[in-house]
Amino acid sequence: MTAAVKIDVARLDAWFGRVHAVKGVSIQVPERGVLAVIGPSGCGKSTFLRCLNRMHELVPGARAAGRVLLDGDDVYGGSVDPVLLRRRVGMVFQRPNPFPAMSIRDNVIAGLKLNGLPRDTDEVLERCLTQAALWDEVKDRLGGSPLALSGGQQQRLCIARALAVEPEVLLMDEPASALDPIATARIEELIHELKERYTIVLVTHNMQQAARTSDLTAFFYLGELVECGPTEQIFTNPKESRTEDYVTGKFG
Amino acid sequence: MSPAPLDASLGKEQAAAPSPAIRLRALNLGDRTYASALVSFGGLLLAVAGVIVVSLAHLAQPTLSATGPVHFVLGTDWNPVSGSFGALPFIYGTLVTSAVAIVLAVPVGVGLAVFLAEMSPRALRRPVSFAVETLAGIPSVVYGLWGLFVLVPILRDPVEPFLAKYLGFLPLFRGPPIGLGFLAAGVVLAIMILPTIASVSLEVLKTVPAPLKEGALALGATRWEAVRIASLPFAKAGIFGAVLLGLGRALGETMAVTMVIGNSPSIHASLFAVGYSLPSVIANEFAEATTKLHTGALAGLGLVLLGLAVALNGLARLLVGRTQRKLA
Repeated sequence: MTAAVKIDVARLDAWFGRVHAVKGVSIQVPERGVLAVIGPSGCGKSTFLRCLNRMHELVPGARAAGRVLLDGDDVYGGSVDPVLLRRRVGMVFQRPNPFPAMSIRDNVIAGLKLNGLPRDTDEVLERCLTQAALWDEVKDRLGGSPLALSGGQQQRLCIARALAVEPEVLLMDEPASALDPIATARIEELIHELKERYTIVLVTHNMQQAARTSDLTAFFYLGELVECGPTEQIFTNPKESRTEDYVTGKFG
Repeated sequence: MSPAPLDASLGKEQAAAPSPAIRLRALNLGDRTYASALVSFGGLLLAVAGVIVVSLAHLAQPTLSATGPVHFVLGTDWNPVSGSFGALPFIYGTLVTSAVAIVLAVPVGVGLAVFLAEMSPRALRRPVSFAVETLAGIPSVVYGLWGLFVLVPILRDPVEPFLAKYLGFLPLFRGPPIGLGFLAAGVVLAIMILPTIASVSLEVLKTVPAPLKEGALALGATRWEAVRIASLPFAKAGIFGAVLLGLGRALGETMAVTMVIGNSPSIHASLFAVGYSLPSVIANEFAEATTKLHTGALAGLGLVLLGLAVALNGLARLLVGRTQRKLA
């Protein structure tokens, strides 16, 4: 990898109260790379993800320590406003969570409205929905309720919503785990297209998904980073026996 | 489309008689007993409501036909001795005091609920909730007493002169600062309905799914913006319900209002003026209502109050329904 380092995590620890959920994790993600984070449930991979845009600290009793650099600037630095950080580091959740009381259109531009509607919203609307591969399906009902969409469409709407604020990084927390195989395939295609522009960190339970979509794969176990490397190597020739056992399905 | 044979076979299957097991279940004795018990409980409730309305109407009938229902509602003169019954000043008093109460209590109550649900440190939540519940438990006569001996003097000086000085260009804040009157009643009502609005709103806000709020925060919303774009729209209908509950209590509140409103049938634009409310008249006059006409008039006031509550409820529901249907 010759690309510049976009996200540089060093010795990151995260706690929920007294539970040590992420233990001393160090990972680097290159610009426009896709990092897949795999591991069994409760291994700290979602918590790791939520530390990158400082969503973790919103849970009562949760805290994090360590260094997370975004383009060389410490995300946990004293002068960083997490609100502004989250506009640079977008997030897509496990279950589609469109705003139910808003139309499809308003959902997409909700983040822009927070910034005070700076540009031509119709242009943003079409661009983001097109990028999220949803435009053709919803262009005739932009004023309708997002709840009338299928789960997969709702998830793509949430991706469009995250793209509208023009983030540099996209965090995806098991974005396809609540979807059927066809919708999952569409999300994966989308990840392929989005990596042209964005740096993506993808948490997934699905090892095939990690293998298909990512450049780098990190394997977490019990809060520790066991191994991180090029995806192909992790799946074909891992250094650690625990990684091998997990990716070959011996446990987890 | 070609799978016509498939459709045909499906149709045949559906046409076949249901198996005995399915038919038996429809006759399940426990279910039927349960269902009919529920229906009769529900019916009983409706019947009681119906009996109350019908008997009130029967009681009010002599006065309504003597005065004429329109004149009864729109007339402004109330004199039981001369047999003149016009309820408008009381309707006005009830509406104005309830409006003042809603205007004061909704922002505070909903704000308190939002604070407790979204912003407050956990340690603060319990004591504040406890204080709110305590407010809800105070009997209304105690509110009235407090209003009369504590609130009214404070309103007389300095609150009303202050309002008159700076907001006196509005007709609402003109006239002599007496203390007693619409404003005093409205403030007491506001305090009384605050716990209802705050606690019901809080329960509703607690049901907002965390992922929805996180969705807003992940877009770079501040906590307040997340409340505005995610929590409040989700909780809107429920908060509206909380306000309706509060309004219902304000409309019907008798004792506390009677003690501070001044009990004088008059219609004034100023909130400083004394007035009268529908429940207060009924409470003050029921003991001396000896003639059929007078009792009939009080029953008529009861009907008007009931109608007012139903009408406002219906209106509010209509409003909520419309905002919700806009997206469907």
